[in-house]
Amino acid sequence: MMIGPPRKWLLAIAFIGLGAVVAGVVLESRRPGNVPGRAVTRLLTADQYRNIVADVFGDDIDLGGRLEPDLRADGLLAVGATQVSIAPAGMEQYDAMARAVANQILDANHRTAVMPCRPAAAVFDEPCARGFLHKVGRLLYRRPLTQSELDAYVKAAQIGTQASGSFYDGVGLSVAGMLSSPKFLFREEILEPDPDHKGRLQLDAYSRASQLSFFLWNSAPDGLLLDAAANGELNSKRGLAHQVDRMMTSPRLEEGMRAFFVDDFRFDEFETLAKDAMLFPKFSATVAAEAREQTLRTILDVVLTRDADYREIFTTKRTFLTPELGSVYQVPIFAAGPNGAPDEWQPYEFAKSDPRGGILTQVAFTALHSPAGRSSPTIRGKALREIMLCQTVPSPPGDVDFSKFELASARGDSTARVRLSVHATVPTCAGCHKIMDPLGLSLEHFDGAGEFRAADHGAPIDASGTLDNVSYADSSGLAQAVAQNPAASSCLVERLTARALGRAPSSGERLWLTQLKKSFASDGYRMKKLMRDIAGSDALYRASTPTESSGRSGAFATVAIPDPLLTSNQELSK
Amino acid sequence: MKSSLTRRSMLRGMLGGTAVSLALPFLDCFLNERGTALASGAPLPPVFGSWFQNLSLNPGRWKPDRVGAGFQNNVELKVLDPFRERMNVISGCKYFLDGRPLETHVSGVQIATMGSLPFGTTSDPSLDTFIAEVIGPRTRFRSVEIALSGGRQSLSRGKGGVINPSEPSPAALYARLFGADFRDPNAANFTPDAHDMARRSVLSALTDERRQIMAQVGAADRARLDAYFTSVRQVEQQLDIALTAPAPIESCRKPELAPQDEPGKTVGAVEKNNKLFAQLMAHAIACDQTRVFNVNFGTQGLRTPGGIRDWHSLTHEEPIDPQLGYQKDVTWFINFATGTFAQFLHELDGYREGAGSVLDRAVVLWQTDHGYARTHTMDDLPILTIGSAAGRLKTGMHIVASGDPSARVGLTVQQAMGVSINSWGRLSNKTSKPLTELLA
Repeated sequence: MMIGPPRKWLLAIAFIGLGAVVAGVVLESRRPGNVPGRAVTRLLTADQYRNIVADVFGDDIDLGGRLEPDLRADGLLAVGATQVSIAPAGMEQYDAMARAVANQILDANHRTAVMPCRPAAAVFDEPCARGFLHKVGRLLYRRPLTQSELDAYVKAAQIGTQASGSFYDGVGLSVAGMLSSPKFLFREEILEPDPDHKGRLQLDAYSRASQLSFFLWNSAPDGLLLDAAANGELNSKRGLAHQVDRMMTSPRLEEGMRAFFVDDFRFDEFETLAKDAMLFPKFSATVAAEAREQTLRTILDVVLTRDADYREIFTTKRTFLTPELGSVYQVPIFAAGPNGAPDEWQPYEFAKSDPRGGILTQVAFTALHSPAGRSSPTIRGKALREIMLCQTVPSPPGDVDFSKFELASARGDSTARVRLSVHATVPTCAGCHKIMDPLGLSLEHFDGAGEFRAADHGAPIDASGTLDNVSYADSSGLAQAVAQNPAASSCLVERLTARALGRAPSSGERLWLTQLKKSFASDGYRMKKLMRDIAGSDALYRASTPTESSGRSGAFATVAIPDPLLTSNQELSK
Repeated sequence: MKSSLTRRSMLRGMLGGTAVSLALPFLDCFLNERGTALASGAPLPPVFGSWFQNLSLNPGRWKPDRVGAGFQNNVELKVLDPFRERMNVISGCKYFLDGRPLETHVSGVQIATMGSLPFGTTSDPSLDTFIAEVIGPRTRFRSVEIALSGGRQSLSRGKGGVINPSEPSPAALYARLFGADFRDPNAANFTPDAHDMARRSVLSALTDERRQIMAQVGAADRARLDAYFTSVRQVEQQLDIALTAPAPIESCRKPELAPQDEPGKTVGAVEKNNKLFAQLMAHAIACDQTRVFNVNFGTQGLRTPGGIRDWHSLTHEEPIDPQLGYQKDVTWFINFATGTFAQFLHELDGYREGAGSVLDRAVVLWQTDHGYARTHTMDDLPILTIGSAAGRLKTGMHIVASGDPSARVGLTVQQAMGVSINSWGRLSNKTSKPLTELLA
């Protein structure tokens, strides 16, 4: 759509247009409803960085480093990514990783796969460097490099070659520079006037490509998607649908879905999960990692492999176990596979009467949401409300009188139900604890490390409870109640859209959300269909300027122009 | 050597490929760019450290017996007696919420370190970052963050949404401080590394390309990108340092390799790692790799092995022992924590530099989240400073600042370290009154 006029000319049009566009937005915003939320700039998350490196350069590239912990906001790291920057210690890591990646892709084993030309090692071969940096740059910047950007990288490669005496080191340093550039590490949204809605703004074609690709794959657009952005395909309903179809059937969809649940279910917290070895001798780092994977496999079996009702993740008796997890779950698992190739992961189905069923009863939920030495119904109840139902539990008041609690606790021989009943007797505690404790109490058959127990301190466990007026007898009943609770399915819609947008949906986007929720229900709660609906929505590609933007051109540069020099459709071969 | 030869022109010359293996002679101009403090005869630079211990001490068991100089430590601070003449105890300060809800164990931390509560996710920088800008802008590391009980939680916040992450592993910190990129200032021969030179020149060549992004972002994102460029400057600075013949530092010794360890939540792991971290910091300061460190004691999940309840749970669930008048197990943890702090200080003090020790040119600010953890009080906070930062802060005093914002202490320390501010904090936590009796 924007190929044709010389670049300078287009830029001029864009900037002349800005005043009018911004004024239009102000007028529109006085009208209720339908105003899109603000554009955001996101720092790549650790997983996205890893995925991009693997997608562009091959999955055998070792990053050799550790990225900074991400920040969670509104329940998601994907939203926190719009608020953070890079600390000095983090920049050291990015710099070291960028060099590690560059070294590997241009070492003697890899360079032939990524670089078609083979110049002598000590001479700077400009056409070779230019062609390579252009290809890499397009995939890393998620748009073609401008002429001046490409020139800068070619020049950097030349300087690097001279200083190091090696062409491959020089080009590698230039690529490393790209991998630590803010244009790679931050995902900017570039806005342009929306041709269908006067006075409104939409993402430009390359920002659309990124929006789509990070949502579905948690990685940067591939070459085909960038082509679709370049030739205007992504701006047409049909073209977009075609790309969404292609991406939904790609194996990379699994990575996108995994990334969503890792974020949504706070599985990054596994990094610091530890249990007391004296109290929970079976719990190890391996068990923790496998428990996390078990829950992800359980979910993916429902939402991806079988494309079944999302709500089954709370109730399904089907799961996958390893021999080590088998010991925690007290079921025998033998690694067996076809032709004697042992697969650690074996499908397993719990009996109908088994208290295990659904992800809430799995170790990744019960152990993750417990202190190191015991279980805590309050912590589990809070996690269930906040993570699975998108409800906020208020913080405790600062002036709690703990004396009543001390007495119950000091006896030390009662079940959690008896101990926590004290909450009901203190008015300032009762309000919040009654929405947390009963849910967690239904999971008390699973101890602090997620192992089954029939009794607590010798007393039988009563796992009955109530969730929003639905009463049940045990953990299976709780799972059913959660699955049937409208908040559970709403929550998925809200978190998926927030993750795609990089922010909580704005009030102007509520109607869209309502529509999505309706179709999610009428389509039988199929997550893939929901993702397809979100990906195909115009709303995903509209935005307004950030409210915090300065009086100048605000958040947008308006045009990202396909460089006529750079028409290659070729993705880097792996 | 000619003083007109700047380091930049020297590097340019080398990068032209003319002097790749040249061992650089000692140059005054190089020294000046790193800070004159290292020139022979000049005093060693000041150091700032922060130590944050959640869950406080027991009321009635830490306040000294008298106000002013010549105090005796109370029972819970007895372990700091070896430092009594070099420490200050500030009592009576308060955290103000200004109508905001009390986020227990969080609000106090924020006010203590940033002088304010954040609005949404926008928070003020923590005081250590202001001090680092003044006392260590050109060291290899602006600051070093340590988490003693696992995790990477850090209380150090920069501008533009920067969280300086903590290092939970002594072995990893060793690699960062004294690994392959460390240049021993006392090494006999100095040869700039050809690859480092290439890196530095490529980074310079890409500066303009990177800067372009600033032209097209809104104000909030501009702050985040400013933070990015500040971080990039540290990387460039590290390269500059690596490419510059270091000035010899007589007392700098590379430490023993820190053993692989298990960052943990048990007292055993904390005790072991604390000693390793302290030794690493002493060496890092002596070798002028950094002048600012932040230790997060991170007590929330701390347990004894096999202990069902962690320290935090105990503060709320353990009854007060009727004979003793305080919570027995909680007090065990308090004593463990202050003992750990004392151990850290001993390690800094044990590293001798000329006539003094690393601790002598440092000031370490000790703060906590509540006055009394059991009931989450926000007043009568214990606050400590240890060390005089080579005479910048007077010591040996017990100061009572009843009802004053804790920010008075933060302001005092910042002013002592040379930060040019007249006030610090926000709303009721704002103060323009330093503790003048401590300012030298």
